[in-house]
Amino acid sequence: MEPLHAAEKLKVSFPEEVLDIREFRGEASVTLRKDRIVEICRFLHDEPDLFFDFLVDLCGTDYLGRKENRFEVVYNLYSIRHRHALRLKAEVPEKDIRIASVVPVWAGANWLERECFDMFGIIFAGHPDLRRVLLPEDWEGCPLRKDYPLKGPEKEWQGFVDVLEKAKRLKKFEWNK
Amino acid sequence: MIRNTEKTFETKELTINLGPQHPSTHGVLRLSLDLDGETVVKCTPYVGYLHRGVEKLGENRTYFSALPLSDRLDYIASMNNNVGYVNAVEKLFGIQAPERAKYIRTIVAEMGRISSHIIWLGTHVLDIGATTPFLHAMIARERILDLFEMLCGARLTVSYPRVGGVRNDISQEFLNRLYEFVLNFPAEMDNYETLVTENRIWKDRTVGIGVISAEEAINWGLTGGTLRGSGVDYDVRKYRPYDAYDKVEFNVPVGKNGDCYDRYLVRIGEMRQANRIIRQCIENLPAGPVMADAPKFTLPPKDMVLKDMEHLIHQFVLITKGPTVPEGEIYMGTEAPKGELGFYFVSDGTGKPYRMKIRAPSFVHASALPRLCEGGLISDVIANIGTIDIVLGECDR
Repeated sequence: MEPLHAAEKLKVSFPEEVLDIREFRGEASVTLRKDRIVEICRFLHDEPDLFFDFLVDLCGTDYLGRKENRFEVVYNLYSIRHRHALRLKAEVPEKDIRIASVVPVWAGANWLERECFDMFGIIFAGHPDLRRVLLPEDWEGCPLRKDYPLKGPEKEWQGFVDVLEKAKRLKKFEWNK
Repeated sequence: MIRNTEKTFETKELTINLGPQHPSTHGVLRLSLDLDGETVVKCTPYVGYLHRGVEKLGENRTYFSALPLSDRLDYIASMNNNVGYVNAVEKLFGIQAPERAKYIRTIVAEMGRISSHIIWLGTHVLDIGATTPFLHAMIARERILDLFEMLCGARLTVSYPRVGGVRNDISQEFLNRLYEFVLNFPAEMDNYETLVTENRIWKDRTVGIGVISAEEAINWGLTGGTLRGSGVDYDVRKYRPYDAYDKVEFNVPVGKNGDCYDRYLVRIGEMRQANRIIRQCIENLPAGPVMADAPKFTLPPKDMVLKDMEHLIHQFVLITKGPTVPEGEIYMGTEAPKGELGFYFVSDGTGKPYRMKIRAPSFVHASALPRLCEGGLISDVIANIGTIDIVLGECDR
């Protein structure tokens, strides 16, 4: 199937939601408004001749100072039955940093959305268990944002400070006593 | 009398921690298990102990100098990570590796697959209680690592495939030794299968354990052997061929029942197929260069850099500033031993990726652990962790 076929079909069904369609290296990407994302995903998942049953990947991207809406949530979809792919990109502004969760459509989105929340701070409304996944729960900041320093935060993470103090304390212990 | 004692028993749910230091978790994976007797009521995995920020690092390096980072993802099959990375970068650059380099990459990727699967086989059966296959598996893996050392000097973190081809050509001596390995390997596989496949204890522990249907497995995003055990023949090498996979013949083994035993059979079959692919590649290896003729996108040969001023400047510019890359975004998935390893790049036209996302199969598989473990026995948790074949270096990135 032609890469743009699915994208155009989506545009016919959701004309107001689709903002832009692009093709690069034989891959189609569709930029969307975020409001009806679950409905769109449900449509792509259920429609018999599209049938995107496999959510390959879900991630965020930060376009700090480059785009009007700072964040994008990227969905890479694939249909194992029809062997075609599509990329959705939902725009998420910094002021209203929320998007609906697609876990009801693909169960595998669970941890991927948690990772996106962890790294970018994007809140997935309706997610069953939205916690940090790779970083400790009391970590401050979102590391993959472009304004997060590469060398890490100025202040050491409290958990590590505690470990160092404990190690210091244990060093003083006199074992032969 | 009996009734009275029953009344005095107090029952309560018990929460225990499995890991992060536990031999059967294949790394630093921590599971918090809520138990009712021996039945797992709730399973919550905790990952991230090995998080190194590979994606952030990659976004601050040029496309060439981020290659070694991919070695450290799935450290058991670093060759396959490299192949996945360079294929994605080549797709973004719009260049093609020469034919010989594609064949060589196919060979080394399948060697990586065998070495990864054999470690999986050894540790998985060791977890369940069979010690002998583990020792034999380590010997077979050692042979592959020796071959890698002969090829590029490194055993674990190889960085042998390069953007636009491979680092150096392979020697006839290497090919001879590899061919000898390939000829002996099926007999070796028969040995493992004699020990394990029809073993009654093994079957008792794996048949009907961790069952997941085909639809559900796709919905959870499972890939690789874990998905094929449920009867879906999705293999990136067949669906979207890269390197030389469209020029070799091989079958994709699939299971029927989607349980631990079928996933075991699938991976055993995959090792035999990998062996078949290597054999065909050696027999049909074309002659020619091993690096693409695209000076703007590929590093010059190292010996020329040491001799010649122009090449030195060329190397310096590519390493420090990076190539000028077309603007756009791509996703490229490859079939790593653990599943589909994908790279998503957003390029803004500079020499560094604006966004690099790694689709790690282990991360997705680990997220499906509660689905496999809940409702089963605690001893089956160990079988389930082994069967989804996760490596935490890749999961945590």
